[in-house]
Amino acid sequence: MSWVLALPIMIPFVTAVLAFLLRRSRMGDLASVGGSVASLVAAVVLIAEVLDQGVIAGQIGGWQAPFGITLVADHLSAAMVLITAIIGLSVAVWSLAEIGPTSARFGYHALFQSLLGGVTGAFLTGDLFNLYVWFEVLLISSFGLLVIGGRKSAIDGAVKYVTLNLIATVLFLAGAGLLYGATGTLNMADLRGAVAASPDQGLMTLIAMMLMVAFGMKAAVFPLFFWLPASYHTPHYAVSAVFAGLLTKVGVYALLRVFTLIFVGDLGYTHEILLWVSLLTMLTGVLGAAAQSDFRKILSFHIISQIGYMVLGLALMTPLAVMGAVFYLLHHIIVKTNLFLIAGVSQRLTGSSDLYAIGGLYRTAPLLAALFIIPAFSLAGFPPLSGFWAKFVIVRASLDLGEWLVAGVALLVGLLTIFSMTKIWAEAFWKAHPDGRQPALADLPRSARWQMMVPIIALAVMTVVIGAFPSAFLEFATKGAEQLLDPAAYVAAVLGEARR
Amino acid sequence: MNSLILSVGARFLTALFLLFSLFVLLRGHNSPGGGFIGGLIGAAGFVLYSFAAGVEAARQALRVDPRAIGVWGMAIAVLSGLASALASLDPFTGLWLILADLALSTVLVFDIGVYLAVFGAILTLVFALEETL
Repeated sequence: MSWVLALPIMIPFVTAVLAFLLRRSRMGDLASVGGSVASLVAAVVLIAEVLDQGVIAGQIGGWQAPFGITLVADHLSAAMVLITAIIGLSVAVWSLAEIGPTSARFGYHALFQSLLGGVTGAFLTGDLFNLYVWFEVLLISSFGLLVIGGRKSAIDGAVKYVTLNLIATVLFLAGAGLLYGATGTLNMADLRGAVAASPDQGLMTLIAMMLMVAFGMKAAVFPLFFWLPASYHTPHYAVSAVFAGLLTKVGVYALLRVFTLIFVGDLGYTHEILLWVSLLTMLTGVLGAAAQSDFRKILSFHIISQIGYMVLGLALMTPLAVMGAVFYLLHHIIVKTNLFLIAGVSQRLTGSSDLYAIGGLYRTAPLLAALFIIPAFSLAGFPPLSGFWAKFVIVRASLDLGEWLVAGVALLVGLLTIFSMTKIWAEAFWKAHPDGRQPALADLPRSARWQMMVPIIALAVMTVVIGAFPSAFLEFATKGAEQLLDPAAYVAAVLGEARR
Repeated sequence: MNSLILSVGARFLTALFLLFSLFVLLRGHNSPGGGFIGGLIGAAGFVLYSFAAGVEAARQALRVDPRAIGVWGMAIAVLSGLASALASLDPFTGLWLILADLALSTVLVFDIGVYLAVFGAILTLVFALEETL
């Protein structure tokens, strides 16, 4: 059992070592792709196991919970691991076309795979301190990936990113230390009982707020998001695509996990704050995007506004709302990564990411235009694409609670998202290129064309499939939400039946 | 930085840092310490040396590319975790080899891997930052 849980984490690290040792030859690139395929297989095995048996847990080193480090997979974790593997493989293939020998020699593929390993570890761990360790792994590898371009602006963005994230991790560490001092355990399933039984509920709420700020900064919620637009538009497109898809979602996942499993003692306080934070996140993100004119900067601000929807689902804390958050999380990762990959192709074809300096893609690269429409409309919430169902569920959940303001904000933000997407469409795709360039996919070398377009098409197909056949995915998300809101199965899987 | 005291002192301190880091690494099994903090202390020694003598001199004193140290550390750590598969135990279960008074284990191997990974990663970052800024 433990190996099923450990292998999705270990494979990326083994791949990272291989890719580093082979970094001087083309074999390093292939090692990265091969390792990503292996990760995907391991993730499929894991999710099959979870679908078959429900929540599964394994103890690292054979040390029983709550003393050892536990790995746990419920529906949410297993789905996140699978989607990480899908994004990992897509971007690994896409990287072949973008990452040149200089970055490869610096160790791009090794850093990329350690990042994927760190993300997977964060999704699977059942131990709060271990989660902190994975955050550090993420921070170190993402810093490496940010500076790998080596430009001055990249360093500038990376330093902001690292400084703010270090503050978050220090807060996390302090919170975890306090929690350990107060309850004597860091196993998340064990903490559920220990926190509820603690005589000092005020201290527990304080710790909850420390963790909320720490995870909130990782997730880029209002008012802690400003590191994100400062750093996401500088690195390689492959790097920003995988960051956009996965990094902030680790923060959202941590919020979802901790604020359904551990800190549920003072919902009126913690989740009320989350509610206002989510509304402001949605609004500031989408308004920030409206003021931008750079392809990647617009997309970066939209990450923030979309994070708001997910946190909103958590804040409402009804089964429907949490289900919406889970579904939103899964749909958003695919869509956002794809948009950044498309931005990368558009930059390659037109020579810039400044929307006022590019254009003409619709006429000369209609395939790219069609592929942009799918994730862009999905992001804005057009039926029948995946984003429609995600927004529908969240809005429906807020209406069920009689939260008219919340529903109104959610719909307004959707409308403003269309505004930004229309802007990209009008500038990059519709109008003619200001320099009279005729950007066409045929300009790309044959191999690069395949390496770039196949992942984009695959992710677009997934978006369409989720949108066209939502019931299976919604059912899965419902099950995931049930497990989050009633973690009895989670606790039992970790601690054994007796301690439930 | 042009300080005579620092540049003379750094040579001794770097050696001391490295020695202490090994001590912390080895005592980590049953007492506070271990690979992570040991690696940090060791890296701090070389960071100090790079402040005193420059990054170029620190790289030469290290002899090996810090990235390679980090990656090999990661490889050692992962392999020590995979070793328990041969004994069909849970991942990362400690396997022990007792030679009279000397107890060797995959746990120690893991810690050495972590030491090298942290040491290499920190030095890669710090050297890169010092060179670009």
